[in-house]
Amino acid sequence: MPALTLNNLHKNFGKARVIHGLNLTVEKGERHAIIGPNGAGKSTLFNLISGLYPVSTGDITMNGRTISNLDSHLIHRLGLSRSFQVTNIFMGMSVFENIRCALLWPAGLGYSFWHLCGRLKGVNAKAEAIIETINMMERRDVLADVLSYSEQRTLELGVTIASNPDIILLDEPTAGMSHSETEQAVALIRKVTEGKTLLIVEHDMSVVFDLADRISVLVYGNIIATDSPEKIRNNPAVQAAYLGSSIKTTTC
Amino acid sequence: MSSSIQNPGPSKIPCYGIWCVFALTIMLLPFFFTSRFSISLFSQIGISCVFALSYNMLLGQGGMLSFGHAVFMGLGGFIAVHALNLISENTLPVPLELLPLIGGLGGAFFGSIFGYLCCRREGTPFALITLGIVELFASGALMFPSFFGGEEGVSGNRMIKNTLTGFDFGSEIEVYFLIGSWTFLCVLCMYLQTQTPLGRLANAVRDNPIRASFIGYNPSHVRFLQFVLSGFFAGTAGGLFIIRYEIIAYDALGLVPSGNVLFMTYIGGVGHFMGPILGAILISILQLVLIHYTEAWQLYFGLLFMAMVLWAPGGLSWLLIVHQPVWKAGLMSKLLPSYLQALATGLIFFLGLIIFIEINYHLSLSIEPGAPLELFGLVMDGHSVVPWSTAISCLILGLWLFRHSVKMVAAQWDAVMVIITKKTLER
Ligand SMILES: Nc1ncnc2c1ncn2[C@@H]1O[C@H](COP(=O)(O)OP(=O)(O)OP(=O)(O)O)[C@@H](O)[C@H]1O
Ligand SMILES: [Mg+2]
Repeated sequence: MPALTLNNLHKNFGKARVIHGLNLTVEKGERHAIIGPNGAGKSTLFNLISGLYPVSTGDITMNGRTISNLDSHLIHRLGLSRSFQVTNIFMGMSVFENIRCALLWPAGLGYSFWHLCGRLKGVNAKAEAIIETINMMERRDVLADVLSYSEQRTLELGVTIASNPDIILLDEPTAGMSHSETEQAVALIRKVTEGKTLLIVEHDMSVVFDLADRISVLVYGNIIATDSPEKIRNNPAVQAAYLGSSIKTTTC
Repeated sequence: MSSSIQNPGPSKIPCYGIWCVFALTIMLLPFFFTSRFSISLFSQIGISCVFALSYNMLLGQGGMLSFGHAVFMGLGGFIAVHALNLISENTLPVPLELLPLIGGLGGAFFGSIFGYLCCRREGTPFALITLGIVELFASGALMFPSFFGGEEGVSGNRMIKNTLTGFDFGSEIEVYFLIGSWTFLCVLCMYLQTQTPLGRLANAVRDNPIRASFIGYNPSHVRFLQFVLSGFFAGTAGGLFIIRYEIIAYDALGLVPSGNVLFMTYIGGVGHFMGPILGAILISILQLVLIHYTEAWQLYFGLLFMAMVLWAPGGLSWLLIVHQPVWKAGLMSKLLPSYLQALATGLIFFLGLIIFIEINYHLSLSIEPGAPLELFGLVMDGHSVVPWSTAISCLILGLWLFRHSVKMVAAQWDAVMVIITKKTLER
C-alpha cells in the first residue's frame, strides 16, 4: 500500500485553477521530490495534503485511508508532519519549548491541565535527545525569535520530526541558506528521515538529485512526469517545459 | 549536555520561596494594617487578583480579548448567593468555606456554554461575540427577576452554622482570612496551570495557531478549554465576592466591571504572570482612594489607561522587568535624576489637568455650582480668571518641561544600556 495517493485532485481559488487533475503516488519509505517553476502549485499541493486548504474535488489517501478535507491536526495525528516554505515555529518560545510542545500530543498528554511540563521526565529527555540530534544543544534555551535564519529552519525540521511521523513534507527546507548551511541541512534531513516517507519541494537541483529516489515535475497544476532522477534529467518533455538545458546548474 | 544543567530554563518548577513569602504576606498583612478599612480593602484586592488573573488566562495566555469576562464572575456570584441561601435553609449541605467552589463550578458551566459559541473564532470576531454576550446578560438579567433579583439584586447572609472552621464570619478579619486563603490557592493553581500542556499550548495557539495544529492540537479546542478554566476562576472570584458583600445585582454582569478587569490586567501587564496581580492591587487602591476625593475618578482612570498604553504598553510588570538588568548592574542611580525630573515636570502638567477637570466638574455637575471649590486645601472660584489661568499655564509649562525631561530619560536610558551591553560583552 502506498504512503500517499492523490487521485484526480483539483483546487480552485475562485476562478484560478491552481491544481487540476493531479495524480501522484508516493511509496512507503521513498524520498520523493517535487520540482517545478514558481507558482506551479507546489505549496498549494502541500497545503491540500496536510489539510490546511480544503480540496475542491478529488481525493487523497494516506496509508489507504481517505484524508481529504480532514482537519490538519487530525491528519497530523495520523502520522503526517510538515514544514513550511516560510519558517513556521513558535517564535516566542525557546528551542527546548518548541520541541517539547511538539512532543506533548504524541506522549498522550492531550489537553491536560494537571500535568506539570517540568515534571514530565520522559518527554523532557526526549526533547533533549531531539535537540542533540539537530545539533542545537548550545542554543537550547535561546528564544526562537533571535536564532539565525538557518537555525530557525533547523529548529522547524526538529519540530516537524519530533512526533516521529511516518510521512514528512518539507517545503523548500534549504531556500535562503548558504552553500555550507545547505550541505549540513541535507545531511540532517537524510539522517532524520531515515526509513520514513519523505515528500520534499526544493528549487536547489543539487539537493534534489542528491536526496531524491524519485522526482515529480509539477507544471501549472499538473504533474508532467514522475521518474528516477536520472530519467528526469534526460526527459525531453521536462527539459522543454521547465528545466531548459541548464538542468545541472539550476538553483533558481 | 552541560548547558542544560547551567540553564534550567523556564521549564523548572518555581522556587518555593516566592510562594512562602506570598503566603506569609497574606497572613501577616492584617497585623500591620489593623483598621477595618484596610482589612476590607485587602479582601477586595484578593478578589480582584483572582478575577484579573482569570482574565489574563484569556488575554495574556491565550490572546483572547474578551469584553465580557464579568459575566462569568457575575454568574458565579449569583449561583453562589443562591447556594448560600439554600445552605442557610439547610437544603444544601455545603460548608460556607466551600462556597467559592460552587461559584467556580457555575462560572465553568457558563464558560463552557459561551466558550462553545466564541472559541471557534479568534481575534476580532471573538471579541465581538463576547461583547454580544455582555449585552445579552446586561439587558436580559432584568427579565428574570426570580434568578437575578431585579434591580435590587439577590442578597444572602454568610453567618451560617454550617462551617468547616467553626468561625462565624461575623468579623471583617475572619472574612479576610477566608478570602486570603482562597486567593492564595487560586493564584497558585493559575500559576501551575501555565506550566501544564494546556497552559503552554494556549501560548502556542496565541502565537501561531497553524503550527499548533501541526503538532496535533485543535486550536479551537485549546481556546475552549482555556476559556472554561478562566470561567471557573472568574466564578470563584464571584463566590468570594458573595462572601465579602453578601449581595449581588444585575450590574455585576455588565460592561463596566468587564471593562474594569481589562483595565486592571492591562495596566498590570499581560505579558507576565505577576502583571494582573500588580494591576489588581494598584487599581483597587486607586479606586477606593480616588472615589473619596473626586467625582471624576473614572476620567482619571481613562487618562491613566491612555498614558500606559502610550508609554508602557507592557504594563507595570514590564516596567519592572526592563529595569531588572539596570538594578542588577547597580546603575539605577544614573537613571533616577532624570526620572525625578520627569516626575516633577509631569506633576506640574498633572496639577494643571486636575484643576481644569475639577473646576469643570464642579461647575457642570456638582449640586452647588455657585459655591467656591476646595482643592488641595485651597479655595477656588470657578467664575474668576485666576484658577483657569493657573490651570492653563501649568498645562502648557508642564507639557513643555515634561517633553524635555522625557528626552533626558531616553538619553540616560540609552547610555545605561550601552554600559550594560559592554559589561556583558566583557564577561
Ligand atoms: N490562498 C490562496 N488564494 C489564492 N490564490 C492562491 C492561494 N495560494 C496560492 N495561490 C495561487 O496559486 C498559485 C500557486 O501557488 P503556490 O504557492 O502553490 O506555488 P509554488 O509552486 O509553491 O511556488 P513557489 O515556488 O514560488 O513557492 C499561485 O499563482 C498563487 O498565486
Ligand atoms: Mg511554494
